[in-house]
Amino acid sequence: MKKLAMAKTSLLLLLSACLLAGCDKRFILLHPKGPVAQKEYDLIVLSAILCAIVVIPVLALLVFIVIRYRDKPGNKATYRPEWNESKWLEVFWWGIPIVIIGVLGFYTAKTTFALVKPPVTNVKPVTIQVTSLDWKWLFQYPDQKIATVNYAEIPAGVPVQFVLTSDAPMNSFWVPQLGGQEYTMPGMAMRLWLQADKPGTYYGSGANFTGKGFAHMKFKVVAKPQSEFLAWTKQVKKTAPALTKEGYEKLARQGLAEKTAFSSYPAGLFEEIVDKNGGKYMSHEMKHGHGHMHQHDEN
Amino acid sequence: MKDFFVTGDPLIYGADAAIVVTVVAIVFVLTYFKKWRWLWREWITTVDHKKIGIMYIICSLLMLFRGGVDAILMRLQLAMPDTKFLESQHYNEIFTTHGTIMILFMAMPFMFALFNWVIPLQIGARDVAFPYLNALSFWLFFFGALLFNISFVIGGSPDAGWLAYPPLSELSHSPGVGENFYIWGIQISGIGSLASGINFLVTILKMRAPGMKLMKMPLFSWSVLASCITIIFTFPVLTVTLALLFVDRFFGAHIFTMDGGGNPMMYVNLIWMWGHPEVYIVVLPAFGIYSEVVSTFSKKKIFGYTSMVFSMMIISVLSYFTWVHHFFTMGAGADVNAFFAITTMAIGIPTGVKVFNWLFTMFRGRIRMTQPMLWTLAFVPCFLVGGATGVMLAVAPADYQYHNSYFLIAHFHQTLIGGVVFGYLAGLYYWWPKIFGFKLNDRLGKWAFWLWNIGFYVCFMPQYALGFMGMTRRVYTYGWDMGWAPYNLVSTVGAFLMGIGFVVQGWQIIYSIKRGERDLTGDPWNGRTLEWSIPSPPPVYNFAKIPEASEQDAWWEMKKKGIKPTATSYEAIHMPKNSGIPFLMSVCWFIAGFGLTFHWIWIGLAGLAGVGICLLARSFQYKTEYYIPAKEVSRIEAMYRRGA
Amino acid sequence: MQQSITPQHEHEHHESMKVFGFWIFLMTDCILFACLFATFAVLRTHTDSPFTGNELFEIPGFTAETFILLTSSFTSGLATLAMNKGKVKPLIGWLAVTVLLGAAFIGLEINEFMKMVSEGATISTNAFLSSFYTLVSTHGLHVSVGIVWMIAIMIQLKKHGIQSVTKRKVQVMSLYWHFLDVVWIFLFTVVYLMGVM
Repeated sequence: MKKLAMAKTSLLLLLSACLLAGCDKRFILLHPKGPVAQKEYDLIVLSAILCAIVVIPVLALLVFIVIRYRDKPGNKATYRPEWNESKWLEVFWWGIPIVIIGVLGFYTAKTTFALVKPPVTNVKPVTIQVTSLDWKWLFQYPDQKIATVNYAEIPAGVPVQFVLTSDAPMNSFWVPQLGGQEYTMPGMAMRLWLQADKPGTYYGSGANFTGKGFAHMKFKVVAKPQSEFLAWTKQVKKTAPALTKEGYEKLARQGLAEKTAFSSYPAGLFEEIVDKNGGKYMSHEMKHGHGHMHQHDEN
Repeated sequence: MKDFFVTGDPLIYGADAAIVVTVVAIVFVLTYFKKWRWLWREWITTVDHKKIGIMYIICSLLMLFRGGVDAILMRLQLAMPDTKFLESQHYNEIFTTHGTIMILFMAMPFMFALFNWVIPLQIGARDVAFPYLNALSFWLFFFGALLFNISFVIGGSPDAGWLAYPPLSELSHSPGVGENFYIWGIQISGIGSLASGINFLVTILKMRAPGMKLMKMPLFSWSVLASCITIIFTFPVLTVTLALLFVDRFFGAHIFTMDGGGNPMMYVNLIWMWGHPEVYIVVLPAFGIYSEVVSTFSKKKIFGYTSMVFSMMIISVLSYFTWVHHFFTMGAGADVNAFFAITTMAIGIPTGVKVFNWLFTMFRGRIRMTQPMLWTLAFVPCFLVGGATGVMLAVAPADYQYHNSYFLIAHFHQTLIGGVVFGYLAGLYYWWPKIFGFKLNDRLGKWAFWLWNIGFYVCFMPQYALGFMGMTRRVYTYGWDMGWAPYNLVSTVGAFLMGIGFVVQGWQIIYSIKRGERDLTGDPWNGRTLEWSIPSPPPVYNFAKIPEASEQDAWWEMKKKGIKPTATSYEAIHMPKNSGIPFLMSVCWFIAGFGLTFHWIWIGLAGLAGVGICLLARSFQYKTEYYIPAKEVSRIEAMYRRGA
Repeated sequence: MQQSITPQHEHEHHESMKVFGFWIFLMTDCILFACLFATFAVLRTHTDSPFTGNELFEIPGFTAETFILLTSSFTSGLATLAMNKGKVKPLIGWLAVTVLLGAAFIGLEINEFMKMVSEGATISTNAFLSSFYTLVSTHGLHVSVGIVWMIAIMIQLKKHGIQSVTKRKVQVMSLYWHFLDVVWIFLFTVVYLMGVM
């Protein structure tokens, strides 16, 4: 029994050591590259520590009790078979979790409300409309009027407002190093704020199962300095082909796709996708994300 | 024919052959030993809760095997990057059936097996409130599970995940019959589960032995009460949700479709309104088992009985108010997410209290390391860590990072295996001698225990790490680029260790049937509650004389006071008669489900008509009970006493 | 709960347990309808002209249905009263009236559905109609089952007279019937009245 408990404690310690030290760059969640991911990371650490405050002493207590009160001849530890209540102990162990949950709950609520706002407000944000298809990602840049498939480029240090929908079963848009995911849902346009602090290439993937080609729905988000980003959009505008209505329909069919860029797309394509999948019946608020997010539309 | 049978996969051809061989072998053995009549009389038509419990256990262990094989296949595919062992389609089917089977066709029947074994015995009753309905519940589960499982060789398995989110599960994206199998398999067994929930609730509320007030009731019975209340409130939601999905698929309706104004997100809400309480339905009885085991094997009264009861009721109520945490990332708004994050964390409070109470039951006790106790002791650390990661997941903004990643997978396997499976196994080892009259072999049991436990940590700890590395669930393959390979390989090794543990358990059961330590006392563990006051296996009527139970731990108090459970004279005992209707009605449901799955409307309607006829036939039966004469009772009792 | 165990007592105890169990079943049925109502509430606006409630529902039709079902609830109450007085014949008679009213209700409902379908408003037309048909026909299905059940009970009453088992059956049956009435009142309000307004 002792061995069991010890094995578990050491495993746990190993795990938490890994978590706290972030021993390896490959643990991308533990190496946030933007303010949103940073806030989420802080909460991960806080919640892990708060949980450890309870879990580790309890494990130690378990080991102690099991060793001390084993039923073996000559065990001199107290044996009180009728001792079954203690008001103070009960108050103590109802109290401890309540306090911990209280603290954690406070920070959770605070961050939850913070994350629906743009990470910084003194820079003009970029908007990218994301559509998940079977099984590829379409990114549209309404300000630049260009589109890409299976990769996105963003300016570093600028908040990016991703507007998410789906023209296929629900997926989830996730770029772990920049921040958490959000569902792409048919008939809705949800907002997700992300920002990359430094230029770099970040791993992204679909996180909600959508069938056969789901495992291949990976993409890269490339953050560049503002000037290079602008140069890139100009380059796409000049050299890439246009995305036509038929082109979109072909793209939307089930199958995988290569990385591509388009110099333009049919006007109102994104809104049309949202509307035809049920968006036209949704209240304005539902369709364009919840009220709290909506307030910042005009930014 | 080509559409009917699943073709083209050597794994499935192998399974086909195995199924045919097994069926032929079973038919041969039954015929050769002239056992058909025995099977019908003693088992198929039985309404005895103890036998029904045994049938539940057999099925659930078979389903654990099937679900386990699914798990091993998945882990093989993921052991290395770019493995070509399974294709995407096959992998998707396997993870779908793995999840569905483990929750609905393994955990649920295992739970009902323990309800059936223990509840009437523990509260001093002769059967459940509605024995006929109880048999019906079992057969509905049986044929529901059968229907779900044949999709493997006929028609094709469902492949849209264990909760079948639309529009992926709609006709537009899953035109095959797999999702229909899913809907009807669950629907049919779900009716049975709902009936069991009502049955055991009434049993506990109305059939307790004289003197057993609710607050003197054993904690396992309390946990079953809490679980049944949860079943009653949530299973109707499942019924509606699946029925609506079927209406979409069968009649071309637009409730959850992408087009026609349907709303797929409503399905996600509805299914989790059932799905989240469902995990509490299965874990609450496990909590009850731990309470019984800890108290018995610490030779001490349970600590903080009142706290234990209240914490279970709080969990049962709170479980309805947490469902949104399964899709924080739907972005319902900061206020909604904050509310559900806090309710979810709040469930950690009563759960934490229970852990403290278990620990302090052992404190100043005398701990015996029996098999049930081992599993209970292994549960505490496992569930603590699983619970802690659960609290971490409840932090809504952080959940945006964990959601649908392997962190989540590791978390719920840790609570479901560490909490539910360990608990049910503890219960199995604990009550096995009561039902069968012999103990399961200790040495083999310890092997199985260590294989399971070490295997568990080897399998799932790396998955937490994979979550931090950004690996999402339900991917059938991955590349070398992200550094996921070593962790996946280790995880696969762990899965195999658990698999070997299960095989050892199978061997343990077979071995113990032949050579297990016989128990003639009826009370092999020095137990505390009423089930240990009667012989093992108990006579058909359980209690020759209904005991008085005015104290918590009634049997323990009786032993202390030197009260013997035997009586000098007996009265005739009123018992329910066996009936073949539950079996036949469930066969009709099976036919209906099968017909509707394949859109063979006439077969579907014929099956439903059969169900109606069975219901009416039962309604016209008036002589459904009989008496065991007093003489017969005293003969049986004398026989038991001679045996002891 | 803790009765002495004479056979007679035990029997009555069993019958009362069945009534209690049935109450719980009705609770589950209540949740089932609540979910269907919620679905309808979400989807009721997901439709375009001419397939709106306002244009499809006909006031005389659903008013008649309501009137008939409420009356049947009353007659099933009269049946229970007759039973409590120990009179088998009026009991069977009132049950027969209830069955006929129930059948008339179902007839009207089928008629209403057929009319709507002929106007092109089918279950697969749009989400509003899908949820409408599912909700209303689930209630209709309940009523139909109730009719068959009631006929079975009438036959049993003829055979066995009024005794503890048949008494319990009538009691449970009338609970069920009143419950369907209550559900219909919600249907009438939420689906039809709010639909035509």
